[in-house]
Amino acid sequence: MSATEIRTRPSPPPVRPQRHRSVTKPVGGTIGSVALWTYAILALLPLVLMVTNSFRTNAELVTDPLGAPWPPNGQSYRVAWTDGSMARYFVNSLIITFGAVLVSTTVATMASYALARVKSRWFRGIEALFLSGLMMPIHLAILPIFYLFDALGLIDSRLGLILLYGASGVPFSIFVIATFFRQVPAELEEAAALDGANAWQTFVRIMLPLVRPAVVTVAVFRFVPIWNDFLFPLVLLRDETKYPLPVGLTKFFAENSANYSAIFAGLVITTIPLIVLFLLATRQIVAGLTAGMSK
Amino acid sequence: MRRSTGLLFVAPALLLFGMFLLYPMLTAFSYSFFSWGGTARGGFVGLDNFVTLFTKPPFTTQVPRALLHNVLFFAGTMLIQNTVGLGIAFLLYRRNRTRRALQTLYAIPYLVSPIVIGYLWTLLLSPNFGPVNTLLGKIGLESLALPWLGDPDLAIWVVIAISVWQWIGFPVLLYGAALGGIPEELSEAARVDGAGHWDTFRRITFPLLVPAIGTVSVLTFIFAMEAFALPYAIGGSIGNPAGATDFMSLLFYRTAFDSGDPNAIGVSSALATLLFIVIFGGALAATSVLRRHEQKITA
Repeated sequence: MSATEIRTRPSPPPVRPQRHRSVTKPVGGTIGSVALWTYAILALLPLVLMVTNSFRTNAELVTDPLGAPWPPNGQSYRVAWTDGSMARYFVNSLIITFGAVLVSTTVATMASYALARVKSRWFRGIEALFLSGLMMPIHLAILPIFYLFDALGLIDSRLGLILLYGASGVPFSIFVIATFFRQVPAELEEAAALDGANAWQTFVRIMLPLVRPAVVTVAVFRFVPIWNDFLFPLVLLRDETKYPLPVGLTKFFAENSANYSAIFAGLVITTIPLIVLFLLATRQIVAGLTAGMSK
Repeated sequence: MRRSTGLLFVAPALLLFGMFLLYPMLTAFSYSFFSWGGTARGGFVGLDNFVTLFTKPPFTTQVPRALLHNVLFFAGTMLIQNTVGLGIAFLLYRRNRTRRALQTLYAIPYLVSPIVIGYLWTLLLSPNFGPVNTLLGKIGLESLALPWLGDPDLAIWVVIAISVWQWIGFPVLLYGAALGGIPEELSEAARVDGAGHWDTFRRITFPLLVPAIGTVSVLTFIFAMEAFALPYAIGGSIGNPAGATDFMSLLFYRTAFDSGDPNAIGVSSALATLLFIVIFGGALAATSVLRRHEQKITA
C-alpha cells in the first residue's frame, strides 16, 4: 500500500462479475475463522486482565488471581493517581507529546510544501537528507544529544524533549506529507497568485485544507512512539516532577512492587490515552503503519 | 514557488533536523575515537576503545552474550512472524467482512508502551500470584507452571515470546496489504489450471510476497537490535536473572551511565558505533538481496 492511498477513502473497488465471488472463498473456512478469533482473544486477553485486575483489591488478587472484578473497587486508582504521582506524570506526557507533535507536524508540513513545489537539484538533495533520517537509529546518539542538551541548558527540560521528538518526527512526516502535496494540482496556486495572494497566504488558505488528511495521519501516528518513548526522558530528565509516564512508571513500580493492584491501575492510566486515540483514529493509525511499505 | 521562498519554508525543519538529529548522529561516531575523563574529552586514541570491548572484562563476556540475545531475539521474531504472522494474514485475506476488524484487534498491543507490556507480563507470569500459573494449576498442568522470568535458561525465550505477541499485528497488517496488492487473476488462473490452495500459495503468492517479507525483515532487524524498553521493564538494566535477558542497548546504557569508569563515554560510544555498524550493515545487506530478488521476478 502506498502513502498516496491515505489521501481519501479508498475508492470503491470496481464491480466484479458475479462468477468471481464463488472462486474467491476465504482461505481456511470455518476452522480458519475459529483460529483467527482465538488469536484475537489471545492478543487482547492480557490487556483485558490488566483492566479487570486494576479494579480488584490487592488482597483479592493475591488470594484468587483469576477472580472477577466484581464489585469493582477503584481504590488502586486513587493510590496510583494521587499517592503515586501518576497524575503529574500524565500531565507531563501530555505536554511533551502534544508539544512535539505540534512542532514536527508544523515544520514538516511547511517544508513538504516547498519540497513538492520547488524544482531544483538542491531541494532534491535536501529531501533525500530528510528521508535518510527514516533509517537513523537516533537512540544510539544519546551521548552527543546529552552533551548538546547540556550546552544548550536543556537538561532536565520538557522543552528539550519537545524539540528532540519534534526533530525525530520530521523525516516520517515529510515522507508522508510531501507525497501528498505532489498530488495537488498546481492550477489552484496559480489562480491564488493571480488573485494577489502571497506564498504564505496560499499555503495557509488553499493548500493546508487540501492536505489535512495527511497532516492528521502524521500527527496521530507520531503521537504513539513519543507517548511511549523511554530512553530519552530516562537519560535527559533528572527532576521526577518532570517525568513522563513510562519513566514515572518505573519509579512507581519499584515503590509498589508488592501492590499488584496499584501497578495494574498505573499501567491502565499509561495506556488509556492510546486506546482512546486508537478508537478515534483507527484509520489514520493503520494508514501510518502501512505507509512505510511504499519505500 | 521561487527557490528563495521555498528555502524559508524548509528552514525551520532543516534547522531542527540538523541540530537534534543529524549533528548528534554524525558526532556519535567521533566520540568513540577519543579517551574521556568523565565528561572531558581527552586525546585521540584511534581504535583503543574498540579494542577494550574485545579484550577487557567484563566486556569480553558481556558483549558476546548481549549480542547473542539480540540475534536470538531477531531470529525468534522472524521465525514466528513469518509462519504464524504470515499464516494469519493469509487466513484473513479475502475475509472482506471481518478482515479490517481483526487486523485492528491484532494491532492494539503494538501501540502499548513496551514498558507497560513488560510490567504487565511480569505480573501475569508471577510465579505465585500470577493468573497464568494459577490457570495452569487449575487445569491440571501444574508441571508447566514454571518461574517463567526467574529461570535463566527460560527467561530470554519468554522475553522473545512477549515481544512477538506485542509486535505481530504489524507484519499481519503489512502482509495483508501486500496480499491485497497481488492481482486476483494470477491465483485464479492457477486455480483454473487445477492448483490447490497450498500450491497456489507456494508457486504464485509467496514469490510475490518476498518484497514485503524483506521490508518486514529489515524493520524487524532494526527493531531487534535496538530492543531496550521491554527488556528494561522485565529484567532491569542488568538483564535479570543473572544477565539472562541482557541486550546490547542495556549494556550500552549501563556502560555509559552506570559504570563509574572514567572512560565510560569512550567505551560506550565504541559500543554504540559497533551496534550502528551491525544495524546499518544488516539492513543494507538485506536490502541488496531484496533488490536482486525483485529484479529476478520482474525480469
